[in-house]
Formats: sequence, C-alpha cells, structure tokens
Amino acid sequence: MMGSVILTNLPALLVAVPLLLAPISALFPFAGLAWAVALVGTGASLIFALLLQSVTETGARISYHLGNWEPPWGIEFVVDSASSLTLVVMSGLGFLATLAARQLVTNEIAEKDIGKFYAAWLLVSGGLFGLVMTADAFNLFVFLEISALASVILIGMGAGTDRRALIAGYHYLVIGAVGATFYVIGVGFIYAMTGSLNMVDIANRIPDAGGSAAIYVGFGFMVAGILVKAAIFPVHIWLPAAYSYAPSAVSTLLASIATKAALYVLARILFTVFSGMPDVVTIALSNVIVPLAVGGVFVGTIMAIYEADVKKLFAHSSVAQIGYIALGLGLGTPASVSAAFIHIGNHALIKGGIFMAIGGFVAALGARASLDSLIGIGRRLPLTATAFLICGLSLAGLPLTAGFISKLYLVRAILETESYVILSLVLISSALSVVYLWKIMEVMWMQPAPARSPKLVENPAIYLPIWIVALGNIWFGIDASWLVSASQMAAQILFDISPGGGA
Amino acid sequence: MIEQLGDSWNYIIVIILMMTGLFIVIARTNLIKKLIGLSIFQTSVFLFYISLGKVAGGTAPILNGNPGTLYSNPLPHVLILTAIVVGVATTALGLALILRINEAFGSIEEDEIIAAKLNQSLARPRRPLDEASE
Repeated sequence: MMGSVILTNLPALLVAVPLLLAPISALFPFAGLAWAVALVGTGASLIFALLLQSVTETGARISYHLGNWEPPWGIEFVVDSASSLTLVVMSGLGFLATLAARQLVTNEIAEKDIGKFYAAWLLVSGGLFGLVMTADAFNLFVFLEISALASVILIGMGAGTDRRALIAGYHYLVIGAVGATFYVIGVGFIYAMTGSLNMVDIANRIPDAGGSAAIYVGFGFMVAGILVKAAIFPVHIWLPAAYSYAPSAVSTLLASIATKAALYVLARILFTVFSGMPDVVTIALSNVIVPLAVGGVFVGTIMAIYEADVKKLFAHSSVAQIGYIALGLGLGTPASVSAAFIHIGNHALIKGGIFMAIGGFVAALGARASLDSLIGIGRRLPLTATAFLICGLSLAGLPLTAGFISKLYLVRAILETESYVILSLVLISSALSVVYLWKIMEVMWMQPAPARSPKLVENPAIYLPIWIVALGNIWFGIDASWLVSASQMAAQILFDISPGGGA
Repeated sequence: MIEQLGDSWNYIIVIILMMTGLFIVIARTNLIKKLIGLSIFQTSVFLFYISLGKVAGGTAPILNGNPGTLYSNPLPHVLILTAIVVGVATTALGLALILRINEAFGSIEEDEIIAAKLNQSLARPRRPLDEASE
C-alpha cells in the first residue's frame, strides 16, 4: 500500500523531498548531520529518477496532475524518455557531488554556515528537477527562480576564501533575473494569444492563432530568456566568474547539473511548445541557435587557452561544451538532438569529475589552483591527478572515454545534414581544446615539483567520488549502449509530441 | 491612431517602464541602482500581465450567480502574485549581497570594485565575514 502511494507520486516526490529536507538541514548545527540530510535528499532523488527512468525507458509518458487538477487547468508534471534521462543524469551527478562535498566544504565554508549551505544545495537540486519535469510554462519560471536564487547563495558562499565570489553571485543574480523576466514576458504573449499555459496545450493551440506576430515575439522572448540561463554565447558572461569563484563543491554541482537543466528546457521549448509552427522554429534554429553555438564553442575554447586560473579555464571550456550541446539541438534532426542528449550526460560526467578533482587540489594545497600552483602535482597527489587526467582525456574526446562517444555521434549527425562548414569548425575546435588540456597536463605531469614542497596527503573521502566519476567516464566510453539508446529514445519522443499527437 | 493610443495607454506605460528598467540595469554602475532598475523592469512585466487579465467592462471575478455577468480573467493576476514574491526574493537577496560586497570591497560602485579586484584579489584575511557579522 505504502509502496504504491510512493510509486504513483514519484514525480511530486522528486521535487518535494529535496525542497522539504532543505529547511531541516538548515536547522542542524552540526556539519556532519546537515551533510547526511543532503545525502539522503540527493540519494532519494537518484532512486526516484532511476525508477521513473525504468518506467519511461521504452517511450511511456507519465503525466502527474498536481492536486488532482486536470491539465490544462492544473499544473502538470510530465516524465517521458527525454526528461527521465535528464533527471537520471542530474540526480546521479548531484548525488556524487554531495558525496564529494563533505570534505571539500570543510576548508572553504565556516562551520556554522554549513547547514545553510546544504539547505541551498538541496533547493538547487529540487528546483532543477522541477524545472525539467514541469509541463506548465509559468511554473517553469518559478522553478527557474528557485534554483537560480539558491545557486546565487551557493556562489556567494565562496566569499570565505575569495571575495570576488560576491561579485560573481551578484552578476549571476541580475543577469539571471533579466533572463527569467524575458522568459515571463514571452509566456505573457503566448498566454494572451493561446489562453493556455500547458506546454502541449499551447502547442495544439498555436496553429489556430494563425501566425500572429505576438506569437513570434513571445517565442523570441522565451528562447532569449532560456539562452541566458543555459549560458549560450553571447549571454554566457556570468558563467566563467560564477563557476570559478564559487566553492569547489558548488562548481561541481552547477557545472554538472545546472546548465544541463536549462539546455533541456531549451529543447522542450523549441521542439514541444512551438512544434505548432515548425517553419519559424527551423529558421530560429539555423539562423540563431547554430551560429551562436559555434560562436560559443570558439570563444570558450580560445578563452580557455589564454586562461591561467585552472577553475576559470574549465569554466570557459564549459561554455564551449555547452556550445556543442546547443549545436546538436540547433541542427534539429533526430540524430543531432540525440547527440545533444548524449553530450548532456557525458559532459556532466566529465566536468563533474574535473571540478571535483580541482576541489581536491585546492583542498590539499590550500590555495587557488593555477598553472603555477599545480606544477608537479601529478607526483604529489597521484590518485586525484590520475582521475583528473582521465576526465581531461575524456574532455578531449580520446577513444575509450565518454567524450569520444559524444564527439562520434555529434560528427555523425553533422555528416548526415551535410553541413561541412560546421563539421570542419567542430573538428578545428576539438583540436584547439587539446591545446589547453595539454597546457595543464604538461604542468602537472612533465614538470618536477618545486624543491622543498611539503608532502601532501590524499584523503579517500575526496578521491573516491572523483574515481567513481572517472571510472564512469571510462565505462560510458566502452559501453555507451544505455546512454545512446536512452538519448535516441529521448530525441524520438521530443519530435513525436506534435499538435494532436502525443498528448 | 490617437484613439488607438488611448485604448492601449497601459501597454505604452509598460513599454516605457520596461525600457527604463533595462536601461538602468545596463547603464548604471552603482549596484543598488542596478537592482532598482531590475525591480522597475520586473514591475513593468507585472503591469503587462495585469493588463492582459482585465476584460473591458468586466467586474472582479467573484461568482455572483448572475449568468450574464462579465468577469475579468483572474489567472494572470494570480500568476503575478507569484512573480511578485519571486521579485521580492530577488531584490532581498541582491541587497544582502550588496551589503556583503560593501563590507568586502568598501564600495558599491562597479568600476571601483573592478579596480580593487585587479589590485588585490584577497586584500582581507581568510573568513572576513565571520568577524564582520559579529
């Protein structure tokens, strides 16, 4: 009896459990207990997400009516192959990031703030899960802001070690709020023209609105708002500072799950909400999303090549990787969208591992990770540095790593569309990314540690989670069948829900 | 033309407020002024939604049993209630951050802060905030 109640309410629980545990963790005065609460919250979400994924794997669609109000009147949560894959990736990496956070935060955040830290941590997770599941355009804005405000708190907590975190948090708050407000303006236009807030219902009603300019304006505002949240070039400027000055654990969480949720929402808006006007969406994809994505790939890679601060370097590299995902969405074919989903999963693994390892270096060195402070670190912290190396190779796309699978499917999808200019740009940018990776690896492994450098101790609580992620990178590089089939199903589902069809 | 303007004057106010707010966010260097601009920008969107929900000649949407009564649409107003809460939270968090920024950098002018950032990234000792709050 109890079990079936839990099963039927899984979508609501996935949001409710982290959100309800957040104030509980804030009340605990002890860091260990607060962490345990966060671990329970993220662990439970992982189990819920896996259960949801097992149900929807084959294309089933769960529609959950909050408060038993039928859509389109009430708020609906939808879990299908596309959202459940994103949920599994996010909750899995969220759980691993929480595991790693225990040790990473002790050096960076004052003991008395740790309860509040995990409260914000759970709010970010719960908000992002809701963002992925909700099928209500306005409810999406609420989840967007829950997760954004909590992320700002987490970023600002980096002020204990570096005061620039406050500025980074403030900029993210203002830029993010402007983005979210753009999104709300768009929803207003769409609501005025269609009279509905339910995504599938909007999709069904848009053809009746007869190509009114107000629909196009709303479309533009909504997409522009989400581009800010997904940190797609040129509205990515908040991301490098936010990721690099945030506490190490927060960089891990945000890099692996926050922009992923926004990219998923972008896919939903492009392919579900506006599936009623495919011509306009196609124009937007080929004239806006694809050029911006390619621009992001190059700007991110080139900025990373010239950056000496390691955390900021990988934040720039995230901009480039987000560009690859956006490119997959922008090409708009089932193959390219499934490549985007594959890269959503793999990039979460790669950047999660990289930022955890950087956190490990920072914790051991007690200083910011820069190219100078990492000299010879490969011999001083062999376990952490080897895991970092694996994730780095995965980022470069070496065969037998997860990153290779991403590149393979993306390149195949581009070949299918016969856009050879884009193909050559992607290949050039991949080659360029080796430049900044080599720069770090050379410093870490080829140069001897400075004389009389103190002996460093490796903490299993730090390197074990990193190794889980690193082995995940190898696992998904050798046996990618689960991720690939789930991503292909996700892409198929996204394209199937067209007016009158899927609902 | 002028009649049209008369009918939709509320939307014109929305646009003026929206542009004013966005301009302040972009152009001002004072962090508090930026936040004020953000609030004006958000408020313009509130007005936009409220205008959408108002039906000309419609009364407040409270059922009075008369089938012929024309009601305004309550839904946009409810949505904006939520958006106002979000806006308040954003402003509060922003002001709290500005307080901390002022403690850490001694300024709330963006150009001065950037100059300070360039000079010394860690001018204050580790964990300055604990001492400052006590």
